[in-house]
Amino acid sequence: MKRFRCADVAELVTAYLDDALDAPVRRRMDEHLTCCAGCGRRLDQFRAVIGVLGTPPAEDLRGDVRDRLMSAFRDRRRG
Amino acid sequence: MAFAGGGPPPDDIVVEALRAGDEAMFASLLDAWSPGMLRLARAYVSTDDSAQEVVQDAWLAVVEGIDGFEGRSSVKTWVHRILVNTAKKRGARERRAIPWSSAFRPPVGPAADSARSPDGDGLPPGPWKDFSVLWPTPEDEALAAEVRGQIAAALAGLPARQRTVITLRDVEGCTSAEVCEILDISAANQRVLLHRARAWVRGRIEDYFETVGRPA
Ligand SMILES: [Zn+2]
Repeated sequence: MKRFRCADVAELVTAYLDDALDAPVRRRMDEHLTCCAGCGRRLDQFRAVIGVLGTPPAEDLRGDVRDRLMSAFRDRRRG
Repeated sequence: MAFAGGGPPPDDIVVEALRAGDEAMFASLLDAWSPGMLRLARAYVSTDDSAQEVVQDAWLAVVEGIDGFEGRSSVKTWVHRILVNTAKKRGARERRAIPWSSAFRPPVGPAADSARSPDGDGLPPGPWKDFSVLWPTPEDEALAAEVRGQIAAALAGLPARQRTVITLRDVEGCTSAEVCEILDISAANQRVLLHRARAWVRGRIEDYFETVGRPA
């Protein structure tokens, strides 16, 4: 079986994190990751980016927009 | 007001309440989903006013359409599909309105940087840097804010489709199945777009740390 290269790992990181790889491919990728520090770090960086993205700063609907929507909902239900 | 215990109740209860004019239910949905809808809208439009208007128009379409909702998808998916379509239309209208002067400005972001574009594999040219800084500890608040700023800038440099997918998946926490349904794309396509977007953002962050020369 062909050895996994770093470029293969780079290509498959997202599928790996989604647990969408076939078992043999996943196993070969795990093998590569245990002995390649560079790819291990890249995987950590992907995870770190995902982690930061997952805690975004607050966003809010502007007060006037929210008021307009509430009254549109009220009017529509009445009409 | 948010939903007690996390997410909204089951769809049939939500739909029935909205049809019956339950204002508390509508308000809870507005508060639960509008922040994410604003983030998504920003993938297509450039100003906060436009994003607010896109979200407003999407909710108005939801109010108009709730009686005809057939339940072929979840309410959340349906609402987000309306949002994406509204934002796309608005974005296209804005781009047509761009003045010549800015249309001929040299490209910035991915298009200007083909060697490290979001279409590439995200492989860096040099040795890896220590990224422990990306798990900011409470003492690192200033640095965490900088990283956030860099990530926001990286997102702004993405093509709309990639930005939409990474926003839905990594910011809003949607499943890949939800994303496929909202955007009408295949699972394989969804993964390619997500991967390119993540690789691009990771690459930008790495460039940033190389430029500022830290962490040591
Ligand atoms: Zn490697």
